[in-house]
Amino acid sequence: MTRTGLSGDLSMHSCASRISRALLVSSAALLSACATAPDPLYYWGDYQSQVYGHLTGQKGPTEQITRLEAGIEKARSVGKPLPPGYFAHLAILYAEQADTAQMLKYFETERQAYPEGAAYIDFLLSSKTERTDQQLTQRR
Amino acid sequence: MKSFLSKALAVSLLVLLATGCATTQPAFDYTAFKESRPASILVLPPLNQSPDVLATDSVFSQVTLPLAEAGYYVFPVTLVHETFRQNGLSHPADIHEVELSKLKDIFGADAALYITIGQYGTTYAVIASESRVSAGARLVDLRTGDVLWQGSATASSAEGRNTSGGLVGMLVSAVVHQIIESSTNRAHPIAGITSNRLLAAGRPDGILYGPKSPRYLTD
Repeated sequence: MTRTGLSGDLSMHSCASRISRALLVSSAALLSACATAPDPLYYWGDYQSQVYGHLTGQKGPTEQITRLEAGIEKARSVGKPLPPGYFAHLAILYAEQADTAQMLKYFETERQAYPEGAAYIDFLLSSKTERTDQQLTQRR
Repeated sequence: MKSFLSKALAVSLLVLLATGCATTQPAFDYTAFKESRPASILVLPPLNQSPDVLATDSVFSQVTLPLAEAGYYVFPVTLVHETFRQNGLSHPADIHEVELSKLKDIFGADAALYITIGQYGTTYAVIASESRVSAGARLVDLRTGDVLWQGSATASSAEGRNTSGGLVGMLVSAVVHQIIESSTNRAHPIAGITSNRLLAAGRPDGILYGPKSPRYLTD
């Protein structure tokens, strides 16, 4: 492949992604147009695309953490809350990096923001503790 | 090239706007929904009936937005996925068979949402290829087992393609669609539109607004 061909390909690609992003944004606008909804309730940033990358295994925890932490700042600056699941997802990313302190911090943040999910968070934390206990027993 | 594209976008959006809101159908029976008034929704990993293995993850990652904006607490999809996996359930078909009482015990959710993806993918043709995603969903009360709501939706990259006016419009939109559909996950953005059509509140026969919405109890 020649150099020109390669750069041509690349620019096509970024063009395509720009267009699909534009389509996504405008489709959101369309939806809200029908419902004459007020402002969105939450700041979404690229939460859902991080989730997609996580589920497909295309994005590792470090990359996702960087994007999601930046999203927290952004949400603060626009004065909107973050959606349900945002902090809990961050918590498991930190768990994957064996950062227990950050994991607990974000599970707690999710629980505070969304008491509806508290029982599930408790279930997750208790099963995580159990697993750690089992691992310890096995090691002994 | 850029101005061509944005013109094509604007035209297709106008067409969508003109046709998007004008549906009249027999009204859905919301009696059970209004008696239950769930506050939290557990979305189970979508069952995929299409040949595309990406379909489940693609739709699953894009359902939180419409439901949360409708006013519901949505259980974190990545954690839900992980919880099932750690309990030996990786296939949506198996997960959809789990007893309601177990789901209630583990998650403490008011309702569960069962999604089935009928179509997901891109068909290729010389002049214009098409990405299409269609899905159906059923909202089930985890206390009573009642079906509170069900619906279905489709989105296609071909929408508005033929209505943008004459040969030039057709050619322009063909170029736009070829570019979009030759990128890596062609159907993924379309799945986002399908998810919104399926699960956003305030749509004809759609899900009702939930407690976190300022429009709660107005529909």
